[in-house]
Amino acid sequence: MEKNYMKLEFLSKSNNESFARVVVAAFASQLDPTLEELSDIKTAVSEAVTNAIIHGYEYGQGLVIVESKIEDNEIEIIVEDKGMGIPDIVKAREPFYTSKPNMERSGMGFTVMETFMDSLQVESIKGQGTKVKMTKRFQILPDKE
Amino acid sequence: MYLSVEEHNNNLLVQFKGELDHHTTESVREKIDQKYNDLRLKNIILDLRGLTFMDSSGIGLIMGRYRNCIEKAGGMAIVSDNSYVEKMLKMSGLLKIINVYPTIEKAAENL
Repeated sequence: MEKNYMKLEFLSKSNNESFARVVVAAFASQLDPTLEELSDIKTAVSEAVTNAIIHGYEYGQGLVIVESKIEDNEIEIIVEDKGMGIPDIVKAREPFYTSKPNMERSGMGFTVMETFMDSLQVESIKGQGTKVKMTKRFQILPDKE
Repeated sequence: MYLSVEEHNNNLLVQFKGELDHHTTESVREKIDQKYNDLRLKNIILDLRGLTFMDSSGIGLIMGRYRNCIEKAGGMAIVSDNSYVEKMLKMSGLLKIINVYPTIEKAAENL
């Protein structure tokens, strides 16, 4: 059974969005993902980290924590902030819902995460932060070289 | 992110090269809107062939520019040959209202 783990912590600055998704993609590369699987992961991470920066910290300064675990052919990714929390998770997960309509947010963030990953769990406590946990299983072939 | 915003056959042609995410959309939005208003054009062609990444922030950017076109009684067309970008466009429903063409010329002909 192949197992691996990594943890990444960075400031809630928007130029770290690309940093975070590239690090997770690099970590996932040991699972030999297809280009499409890699794009799916990068996009899902980008959405979760962007949410932490825009909504969790409302552009203020804080730390975003990204953890990732690999077990066999599955990757688990956790994106966490210690920000304001999501008041209504059910509403936040509705397609096209955005709490910031004047900022031209598409409201597609959680829909993208749900579509591109196999599972998505969101935990949030008001005033304490939000934790997004996603998993994705990669296609495998019979032999691993 | 590299950006080119210029007039092309009476349309505003926007060409992207790089990654379109929340970080890059903010300045891109300003540049497109400024040129669009300064040149008093109606239609926008977005050439997305140079994009190596786009998340829902890019979708928000396209939706916003599309709304501006509609307000000016203009139209929008997208140039793309990237299945990943098209997957994002399809998921957002944008493919129902904006047509995708393989080349700038084809997009311009159909606006």
